[in-house]
Amino acid sequence: MQSTEQKTEQWSPRIVAFFCNWCTYTASDLAGVSRMRYAPSTRVIRVMCSGRIDPEFIMEAFAKGADGVLIGGCHPGDCHYSEGNYKCLRRYKLLQKYIEQMGIPKERMRLEWISAAEGKKLQEVVNEMTETLRILGPSKIKNVVETLAK
Amino acid sequence: MANEKPKLKLAVYWGAACGGCCVSVLDVHEKLFDVVANADLVFWPIALDFKYKDVEEMPDQYIDVTLFNGAIRNSENEHMAKLLRQKTKILIAYGSCAHMGGIPGLANFTTKEEIFKRVYEESESLDNPDKVRPTPEVDVKEGHLHIPHFYEDVMTLGQVVDVDYYLPGCPPQTERLVEVFMAVVTGAELPPKGSLVGGAPRVQCDDCKRKKSEKKGITRFYRPWEVTDDGETCLNEQGILCMGPATRGGCGVRCIEGNAPCRGCYGPLEGIPDPGAKMMSAIASMLEGKEEDEIDKAIDTVIDPAGTFYRFSLPGSILRRKQK
Repeated sequence: MQSTEQKTEQWSPRIVAFFCNWCTYTASDLAGVSRMRYAPSTRVIRVMCSGRIDPEFIMEAFAKGADGVLIGGCHPGDCHYSEGNYKCLRRYKLLQKYIEQMGIPKERMRLEWISAAEGKKLQEVVNEMTETLRILGPSKIKNVVETLAK
Repeated sequence: MANEKPKLKLAVYWGAACGGCCVSVLDVHEKLFDVVANADLVFWPIALDFKYKDVEEMPDQYIDVTLFNGAIRNSENEHMAKLLRQKTKILIAYGSCAHMGGIPGLANFTTKEEIFKRVYEESESLDNPDKVRPTPEVDVKEGHLHIPHFYEDVMTLGQVVDVDYYLPGCPPQTERLVEVFMAVVTGAELPPKGSLVGGAPRVQCDDCKRKKSEKKGITRFYRPWEVTDDGETCLNEQGILCMGPATRGGCGVRCIEGNAPCRGCYGPLEGIPDPGAKMMSAIASMLEGKEEDEIDKAIDTVIDPAGTFYRFSLPGSILRRKQK
């Protein structure tokens, strides 16, 4: 991401991606070793379970300048800790309602179940989300938060 | 009557506040005699006639303790916060508004323009055909007149000046105020600067006497008028949203003891920057559904998550305001 590159190419969104250790993180590994190409927009944070993702993490990501937040967990029924992904889903649904009330388009946050075998799905999801965010444009949340915290 | 020790100089001031915090100071009742035996009130607009110039004329650090209640909503609030900071040794953010933004902080769900339009153009009880709005500065033949500027956002006291201590609550429980005050009077060792004082290091649930079970198994929430509280089971378990799990204790569970759910005025525990995030997390754990449509239905019954979880804390939360 050199500055010369930025000047010539179009703006690229930054996505903070929280991937669960057992499924989605492994899927991103698989996508990597399979040499699948996808948008270099994610900054992956590995967590042990999607149930570990506190709503605070997501807000913090937005407040610090993320254009989008992607959460990846195991498919329903597949959670390594049996119920973490359901907790994640409930949190996500509540958060969706909250961020819409806060004037943040809900497309900036996305939850996907991606199993360890679904490197292809990971590629598609990241590309799709990157495109959606590109259309939405850069997030202004960080500016708003910083002006208020003078 | 004779008191060898020099008396403390105490000030109480309000920013964007309802006045309840100032009144809570009076709730010390007969303990007020202990207070006045140990302190001179040098500035307290709700009860005593002082002017801005009286404060301006004080030397720096003249006041020992200032209880500043209310949020920062306009230029007068900010000016006084800065002035009192300069004149005060120990500046205490007193009450939810100074601490986290409080009820006035809910204005961060809207904008200055929206507020002015509603108040000066659309309000049902309004007679303002020319749609006159406040003009902060105007020249008339008698001279230059000015009123405070209304800000775009509501801020906490800590976002505007350096705060020594935070004393939470809407209003703070008066016993906690007396404890803090007596600690200053007796010269007890004070906690490190920036600490929250007058709150318990545990959540409401730890003090609450209602019956709680390990598995909450909630399938939906109700507005308080939709159900009859049995008077003894955890309110959340009965589907009545209670902020207890994400709220610091110290108030003596006053609301819950009165059979009303906690609304979160004491704010989050130490080290937690966002009470709403923790509450959302707690709710997700309490809900039962696994299927997406089940969850959707349950979440639908949480009518106003942002307003409910950030009732007292929007400006002090991570996202601070609604995006414009």
